This record gives sequence, C-alpha cells and structure tokens, in this order.
Amino acid sequence: MAVNRKVIGQSLPRPNVMSFIKGHGKYLDDIIVPGMLHVCYVRSPYAHAKIIEINADDALAIEGVVKIVNGKDLLEYCKPWTAGLTNLGEMRSAPQHAMPPEIARWQGEAVVAVIAETKAIAEDAAELVEIDWEELNPVTDLQKATENDSALIHPELESNVAWSIDIDAGEVDSALENSDIVVEKVFEVGRQTGVTLEPRGMIADYDRGKSYLTLHHATQVPHIQRYIIARQLGLSESSVRIICPELGGGFGLKLHVYGDELTTCALSMMLGRPVKFVADRLESFLSDIHARGHRISAKVGVNKDGQIQAMTLDNLAGCGPYLIHPRTSVIEPLLVAICTPLAYNLQHYRAKATLVYQNKVPTGQYRGVGMPIASLVAEGLVDAAALACGIDKVEIRKRNLHAVDAYPVTAVSGEFLEGLSQVASLEKLTSMMDYKGLRAEQKTMRDKGIHRGIGVVTVVEGTAPSPALYAAGGAPISSRDACTLRLEADGEISCTTGLTDQGQGGVAIVTQIIADTLDLSMDAIRVSMGDTATTPFGGGTWASRGTAIAGEATLRAAKAMRASILEVTSMISEQPVDILDLVNGEIVNLETGETQMSMQDVGQAIHFKTHQFPEDFEPEMIITRHYSQREQLMVYANCALGVSLDLDINTGLVTLKKIWAVDDCGRIINAKLVTEQLRGGIVQGIGSALFEECLYDEDGQLLNGNLIEYLVPMAGDVCDIECAHIETPTKASELGAKGCGEAGIIGVCGAIMNAINDALEPFNASVTSQPFTPAKILRALGKV
Amino acid sequence: MSELTQTVDVCITLNGHSIKATIPARENLADFIRHRIGLMGTNVGCEQGICGACTIRLNGDSVRSCLTLAAQANGHTVETIEGLTDSGEISQLQEAFHRNNAAQCGYCTPAMLITATELLNSKTEISRDKIREYLSGNLCRCTGYHAIIDAVEEVAEAQNNGR
Repeated sequence: MAVNRKVIGQSLPRPNVMSFIKGHGKYLDDIIVPGMLHVCYVRSPYAHAKIIEINADDALAIEGVVKIVNGKDLLEYCKPWTAGLTNLGEMRSAPQHAMPPEIARWQGEAVVAVIAETKAIAEDAAELVEIDWEELNPVTDLQKATENDSALIHPELESNVAWSIDIDAGEVDSALENSDIVVEKVFEVGRQTGVTLEPRGMIADYDRGKSYLTLHHATQVPHIQRYIIARQLGLSESSVRIICPELGGGFGLKLHVYGDELTTCALSMMLGRPVKFVADRLESFLSDIHARGHRISAKVGVNKDGQIQAMTLDNLAGCGPYLIHPRTSVIEPLLVAICTPLAYNLQHYRAKATLVYQNKVPTGQYRGVGMPIASLVAEGLVDAAALACGIDKVEIRKRNLHAVDAYPVTAVSGEFLEGLSQVASLEKLTSMMDYKGLRAEQKTMRDKGIHRGIGVVTVVEGTAPSPALYAAGGAPISSRDACTLRLEADGEISCTTGLTDQGQGGVAIVTQIIADTLDLSMDAIRVSMGDTATTPFGGGTWASRGTAIAGEATLRAAKAMRASILEVTSMISEQPVDILDLVNGEIVNLETGETQMSMQDVGQAIHFKTHQFPEDFEPEMIITRHYSQREQLMVYANCALGVSLDLDINTGLVTLKKIWAVDDCGRIINAKLVTEQLRGGIVQGIGSALFEECLYDEDGQLLNGNLIEYLVPMAGDVCDIECAHIETPTKASELGAKGCGEAGIIGVCGAIMNAINDALEPFNASVTSQPFTPAKILRALGKV
Repeated sequence: MSELTQTVDVCITLNGHSIKATIPARENLADFIRHRIGLMGTNVGCEQGICGACTIRLNGDSVRSCLTLAAQANGHTVETIEGLTDSGEISQLQEAFHRNNAAQCGYCTPAMLITATELLNSKTEISRDKIREYLSGNLCRCTGYHAIIDAVEEVAEAQNNGR
C-alpha cells in the first residue's frame, strides 16, 4: 500500500532538542559511577624517544593515588593491534600498543597511567612521574621521510611509505599534449584536527564477578567499538556492553581506536573498579586524530573553449606513526585520488598518492575525509583553467559537468554516479546569489578600491558507503544498520537502532519515518540509541550514512509493523485486512469510515488478551529490519556552493559576506535539518580554509596545541548561509535518501580559495596553500 | 603540597539556594558547580577561557566558571542553566532555540543561552552583526551559528515589538 506522506518532508523540531536547550544533556563527564577512580595520562614530551626508566615513587607517595601503570604492565591485559585493509593494495603497517612498552612515536602518546581517587590527585601525581628518555631521530618532513637516508619510524617496515596508489585512466599524456592550455598548480592542505567541544572520554566498569565490562563511552560507533575492545582485551563480545551518553560532537573524531581509551578498559579489569578518563583540551590536541596534511601537484589540460581534456595529480600525504585502527589512515588520500575528477566529464585522468609515516599525531577520518581536498584541487584547477581561457567561472563548469541526460555515469576514476542534479543545482545557485549582479557589483567595488571575490564550486559528496570500502578489506566495520520497533501495551512505539545521534537529528529522522509510515503522532514514538545491550547491531554514525542506511532500515521495520498491526486488527475485528488502514493513530475501516481499533486496543490485545486469538496465531510485535547499501561504493549526492567575500589587500584579512548552497541529498525527511547540516559543515570548512592548522616544528613538537593559538571559527568570523534543496532520490533504497553531512565542508574550502583568488586576479596573484591566512595572502601580493 | 591542600570556607548563593562548603582553595567554580553540587548543565570545553561552554552568571554578569575560583564567588550570587530554566527567565529564548534548531550536540547551548540573554537584557540596539560579535566568545562546532543568530534575533524583535 502506498504510504501517505504526512510527516516525511516536514521541517519539524527535533523531539530531543529541548532537553539540551534546558541543560539536561547528559554527557560522559556528567556520569558518576559509585566507587569510580580517575585516570590521568603522562604523555610523551618527545616525538620519537625510547623509554629508559620510569620512576613513579614520588607520584605513588601522594595520598589518594591508587596505582601507576606503564606500557609493559599492560602487555598481559591488552593485545597490540595492526591496522590494515586488504582491498586497497599493499599497506605497510606496524603493531600499535595501547601504551608503548618501549618507544613513544609521537609527542602526546600516552605512556604512563596514573589512577587516583580524584581527577585532581591523578593530575597532581602525573606531574611527579619521572621518565628517563633517550631521544630518537624524529621523522617530520613529508618529502624527507620518503628519501633513502631518512630515519625510519618502524625499521622493520624498511620504509616510511605506508601506502601508495596509482590510477591511470585513458590516454593522459597524449590528451595533455593535445590540450590547448595546460595549467599546473601545487596545492597544500594543512594538518588540522576535529575539536569536538566535548573532549573524548570513557568510564570503564569491569565486574569481576560476572566477568563483564560495562563502558560508558563517548563514541559514534558503539557496536564496532565493542567488537574491537572485546577482541583486544581477550573478552567475548557479549561480555562487553557499551552505553553511549550524549556526545558533545563527533565529526569522525570519536570512532577510532585510541590507546588511552583501551588502557582505561584494561585498568578497570586490573583494579576491579570503575575508572573514568576524560581528556582535557591540551591532551585532545595531542591525542585526538588529526587529518588532512597533503601536498598535491596537479595539472589540467583544457581546450580553448574550456573543455577539460585531462587531469593529473600527485599527492604526498602524511599520517602519524601508525595507521589508525580500524579504518586506516589511507582513506583520505584514497578519496582524494578517486573523488577529484568526479564532478566533471573527462576521459583521461592520472592520480598518484603516497602516504608516509611521520612522528606526529596519527591521522584519521574527520568530516569530509579527503573529499574537501579533492574538491579544493578540482575546483582550483577549473578556476585556473577558466582564467587561462578567458571564460566565466560558472560557464566553464556548465561546459564540463556531466550532461543532464548522461546518468548513470561511470566517472573517469571508476566511480558510479547514479543520478546527480549538478546542472540544476548550479543554475539554482547562480540565481539565488544573483551571480550576474554580484559580478557587476564586484566591478563597481573594484573601482572604489574594495576587492570582492566570488567563488563558485560544484561538489560531489560520497555518502552511505557499502561494505566494499572497509569490510571487504577485512576491517570490523559494519556498513549495515538496523531498526527494531516494539508496539507497547499502551499503543505507543518504542524504537531502537544501531544509529547514534550527535545532534545531526538521527532521532528526529527515525521518528518522522515511523510517524509517517504508521500515521502516528511523533509524541507516541520513543527512540533509543547507543546501548549495545538493547539496540540491534549497526554501524552507527559516520560517512553521512544515518538517514540513508538506518532511515531505510526504519522504513522497512515500520512497514512490517504496519502490516502486523493491520493483521491483528483484521483477526480480532473479523474484517478483511485490505479494507483496514492506519489513520491518525487508529485503525480505520475504509469502507465504513469507522474506527475499528485504537493502537492501544492492538497493544492490549497482543500483550494481554491473547485468549482472543486463534490457537496458531502469534503475531510479531517486536520487528527488526536491516539494510545495507551494496549497489554503489558510495551513494553520491551533490551540492553547488557560492561564496562572496571582501579581501583587504593591506592586511590580507578576509571578510566573508555571504555563502549560498544548493544541496541535493535525494529524498529529504526534514529540510531544516539538512540545512543545518550544510551550515555546520560549511562553518567547519571555513575553519579549515581560513584558520585551522596544527603547526609542528621540525622536531615534531606541536606549536599551537590549544584553543588560544589553534583558531576555530566563532560567530563573528562567519556570515549568513542561505540554503536551498533539490531532491533526486537514489534508487538504491525505497526511502531514496542520500547523505548530507559533509557537502558543506567538502565544498566551502575550494569556494573560499577560489573567491580569494578571484579577488586577487587584478594583482596577478593567487594562493593555493590552505589555510589561506593573511600572511600567505600578503606574500602572494608581494607585500611581505 | 600546602597550596594543593589548603581549604577555604565559602557561602555561595547558587540558583537561589545558599550553599556553605569547605573546599580546596584551588577549586574552580566549574568544578564546584558540577562535581561538588552536581549541577551538570554547565559544560567544560577547554579550561582556559576560550570556548565559553562553562559560562554561568555571577552577580548578573556572564562569567567563565573555568577561570573563576569557587572562592571568588564567596558571598556572591551564581546562576546556572538549571536555575534560569526553572525560573522561566529564559523560556522565550529557549523556545526560539527550539523552533530554529539552534542546538545540535547541545554542549555549547546552556552557555550560549546565558551569553545571549545578557545581550538581550543589555538594552542596546540589536542587529545580526551585534549578535555575532556578542556571541563570539562562545564556540559552537556544530551549527555554524546561523540558526543561533536567527533565534536570538527573533527574541530581540519580539522584545522591540513589546516595547
């Protein structure tokens, strides 16, 4: 039966948002477990050094200190792990310990755990732990790390190169030779980090009697974490329960395996007491994953009419001293290689990527993963080509986007693009921003000495990955998700799902899909997430998969629940099932228009009054449905994004005037929430583009690991962001939803770079090194 | 270790209740509110006065509780999100946040409401730029601020119309 769409598509307020607004959000550090101890980590002050001796006598002497543990003590509690994927070519990877028994390989790696009755005592005592170090040669420079005479981070791997990839499609060399113009650029994308406002944290509570580990864990992926934590600690998966509190931001940062978190688990097993770990901001900078940190030499060959003939890129990227577990650090350079050419119709493409180990914080998946870099490179090349050809920057995109009737398209890098609305999105964007008006205004302003820049980009966003990305390479990562619905005796619906919600709106999306399918009030639906003991196994929240994957599982479960409710009503009321329907929370006879039963009647019947049922009738009222997207590596969504900014050529300062985005994430469940995902991603991307960079010296010391010196965008740094939507549902699912969490961060970096360079055009200058700081802009202008 | 163990007696009016306690002299107001009193609506993000997540109201002014010693609040009045919610003082702004989805993860939200309320009470001319400037001591990593500005502006406009 066709579902009457009443709730799907409406911009309703999130059912759980008022609780946060009243200050009731319960985060990890708000949880107190009786008898809880606190751990503080002593972290390596060196990027690469050998532990000679640890003297913890003075620390142990402080009243309230319970135990001090080092990496050697941990060996019998926690196994080392070696990150790797088998589906992406050879990876050189070395085992990583929760705390290293011998050699610390980045500044900030936890080496000693101090456990005490209070956090303050643990912190005091940690300062008294003395470690005798032997400094080793740090590997920090990307280029030098690849050279034969470089020090090696893992001598047994015989190289600092962790991974490389070559893509060669078409006839690149001849296509470049035959191009009228070849533009060459070098792009740099600085290392940055996620900066969730709430730091990482965990409470590990091991019950020795039951051999059962309960974790309150601020993670986006409880089921995946449970599998890995159990395996590393030698426990069965069913002996570990993870309960996620509310998360104060995730952005990919809270889904990796961190040594300090596994150590916290091991400490609770060692001591038989609950142990709480909450990182402070300074250790967040030194222990949360970093991301980006790429240098890309790229070329584009175009004909005079702006038609792209070929593109090449050579990417040298850095990771930490280990590949991050379990996803590895190679996905960022991989996605740069496969996503750079996606937006445009070209036949000849070559990409090379080399990922090298460095004695710096390990890198991992942070919102956008490689795609912001890919978009920056592609859009930077296209603007440079437009300039070289003397073609308008919107016009050159129109000439190169995949034709409206070309879908499905297999892009030059091999990716399957089922259906995008790039042309319509770009047209809608240019009309929203009044592109022609802005260009005219720009000209007038230039005459007045005001240097306005306009940047426009067309974004392709990979969402909702299939198992081909990780699980096919052997990683314990679920790309599947599930939804369980239960009709309660009072007629309301309880829902559990493997999805988690860090504020994106997962609870709202799931509730709206159920309300829509059952024609039920949202108030009669309660969604629970994040507890591995009560929710069905699912992948959790990453890669813009929530609505597309868990949303589809929810739709399937709700449809099955609907059928079951109608079947029970039919049985009890002795009416044929096909004349019954759910209307406003009641089961109505469509022929008579009368209410046959209420939801509560059905709930009471199935839970209490089963004597009314025929002997062999046992209707299911706890229904689980699964969904995994297996048709496409990722379900590609698209977005067109425009930036207008003013550039002060005397100070190099950028003032954002306005940003516009037209996004197509397929079927929209709640347009307001899509808009907010776009805006949030765009402002994080503004941070990448203008402010954020983890600055290291040549010894591998992080120079700005605090919020005073590592700048993130505040309200006054950004501008209004106007969003609009187009819907091109994916055929991969019945729901038709694609993801929308990353389009903003993917597109805005390149759009800002292009807008700055647009403003710099009269000065024959340009910048290609992110973040685009005033100093770099002034250098480009030859002023410093 | 005397600086670590020295204690002080304080009497603080917290959300209308008078609280007497003997506390470590070094205890900051955020820890006092959260871990001694158990009011967890005040969040801690950086402990160095930048992110603003721990903003509370001290004698009517919005203040970073991570940079304030609890001892400095001795004899003074402290209000947190719990008190402001229960009194209904900020309910109009909270409704506007709700309508506009001006919170995602919610970690910055209590402090954002307190800073915004200070602006709304300031009797200055309120514009979007003014709101942006005033909220620039409160980091939000999720929303991109636009919806927060919308919510505050809505309340400012309603206040203007009511005048």
